[in-house]
Amino acid sequence: MLDVRNLQKIYTGRNRKVEALRNLTFHIGAGELVCLVGPSGCGKTTLLKCMAGLLAPTAGEVLLEGRPVDGPPEGMAVVFQEYGRSLFAWMNVRDNVALPLRRKKLGKARERELVDHALKVVGLADAHEAYPWQLSGGMQQRVAIARAVAYEPKVLLMDEPFAAVDAQTRAELEDLIRELWRELGVTVLFVTHDIDEAVYLGQRTVILSKSPTVVQEDLTIDLPDERDQLHTRSSPRFAELRAHVYEQIQRAKYRSGDTDTEVVDRAPEPAETRS
Amino acid sequence: MTALTVLRRALLLLGLPAVLFAVWWYATADSTDFYVPPLSAILEAFGKVWTGERLLSDVVPSLLRLTAGYLLAVVIGVGLGLLVGMRRAVRDVLEPVLELFRAIPPPVLVPVIMLFAGIGDTMKVLVIVSGCVWPILLNTVEGVRAVDEVLSDTCRSYGITGVARLRHLVLRGASPQIVTGMRQALSIGIILMVISEMFAASNGLGFTIVQFQRSFAIPEMWSGVLLLGILGFLLSLLFRFAENRALAWYHGLRNARRTP
Repeated sequence: MLDVRNLQKIYTGRNRKVEALRNLTFHIGAGELVCLVGPSGCGKTTLLKCMAGLLAPTAGEVLLEGRPVDGPPEGMAVVFQEYGRSLFAWMNVRDNVALPLRRKKLGKARERELVDHALKVVGLADAHEAYPWQLSGGMQQRVAIARAVAYEPKVLLMDEPFAAVDAQTRAELEDLIRELWRELGVTVLFVTHDIDEAVYLGQRTVILSKSPTVVQEDLTIDLPDERDQLHTRSSPRFAELRAHVYEQIQRAKYRSGDTDTEVVDRAPEPAETRS
Repeated sequence: MTALTVLRRALLLLGLPAVLFAVWWYATADSTDFYVPPLSAILEAFGKVWTGERLLSDVVPSLLRLTAGYLLAVVIGVGLGLLVGMRRAVRDVLEPVLELFRAIPPPVLVPVIMLFAGIGDTMKVLVIVSGCVWPILLNTVEGVRAVDEVLSDTCRSYGITGVARLRHLVLRGASPQIVTGMRQALSIGIILMVISEMFAASNGLGFTIVQFQRSFAIPEMWSGVLLLGILGFLLSLLFRFAENRALAWYHGLRNARRTP
């Protein structure tokens, strides 16, 4: 479905080069929900932009259903972290959701149906006429999610979408994402820096090293499919997985494309610093 | 809005002008100076001069020239501003030239424009355009360049490109700055309307005021100046009304950010 192969990205500044991504390879199957987690500043956003066709990689390629991505592909929707900046402040909620659909020329009735449905599933059925800036942060991000849902994408990329909302809203939105994923059968890549979120949400978690970035580990999350904030998070398996990801992230801070495995093993053991 | 707040706003709006008029009235009440007639005489002249025939023969032509020049400047300024703001190469080529032209005071251009456009309405409209276009153009360029990067990425990923992008993202995103430019251009337009008519014209406000001055019809001359002030005031009220409608979202957004 979505293949990342030997992806490298070097930013060239005036007289310095920054290698954000060294060599990334992973695969996301159709209908999977995969989380991408890594230490701060590890090039998560760069990777996501390359995958979304918004940024050209220096080397390597991204394949969507076997076709190389060289610009924003059809059937892909992106939800950004900065909800306040990804919505049109001059349009009400309804028009924000409907705008990407106009190009699809689905007809008025179908368009209305999609928008109504999308706003209903994210819990904004009675906010059609509001402007984004009249809503709370969590509700604004719901609008952005509704816009993605109405677009009927095959792949949904999310770049730390809940990093800027409060903890309670975040928990609600996490459950919303799982619900939508199961209902729509869409492939989801969810980028986050939050370890709990990375374990709770996905079927798999790809752990990245620090920059220049490589894949540190591709971890299968073997939690039951039925998850809820209370029971899943208090289960022993969740705690084990969380600890494992935490450890890997600590290691990732010392590991990058510039170091080899040996150096990593000699790095301070993070387990001791854990509380 | 309650009746009381309406009253308060009306008081704030008209309070100071009323005081100034009162001061003018009493300070000049016994004036015998030929050049500074009493306000009562000016108002009397105002009633006589600016009602009836002169309204059609002088005020309306002036306003038509202003409207034509202003609208043309908006079209050129916004159009060119979009192009310059969105295309790096165009900006690099045009920027030095634009800075040069912007530095020329528009009244200086009146004799030049007269040479090839004659002394008719075309000349006056061109003079107004030559002054009004700059603030609109430069503000549009700034507004277009400041369009949010995340929103721009959002549009790209949803395939909102070309005309749709221009209409829904670039123009709307830059509209607060475009309106700022238009507001500055409005006052420049009024000034240039008067100046162009003072140079060479057979009617219009600027022409009439100069005529009164040359024929020593001093209260009439003053009444013309008063009329210009009132016109400017009314136009800016009209502008603010239109702005509040077009940029309601922007003011709402700013208020929302101020009180999180």
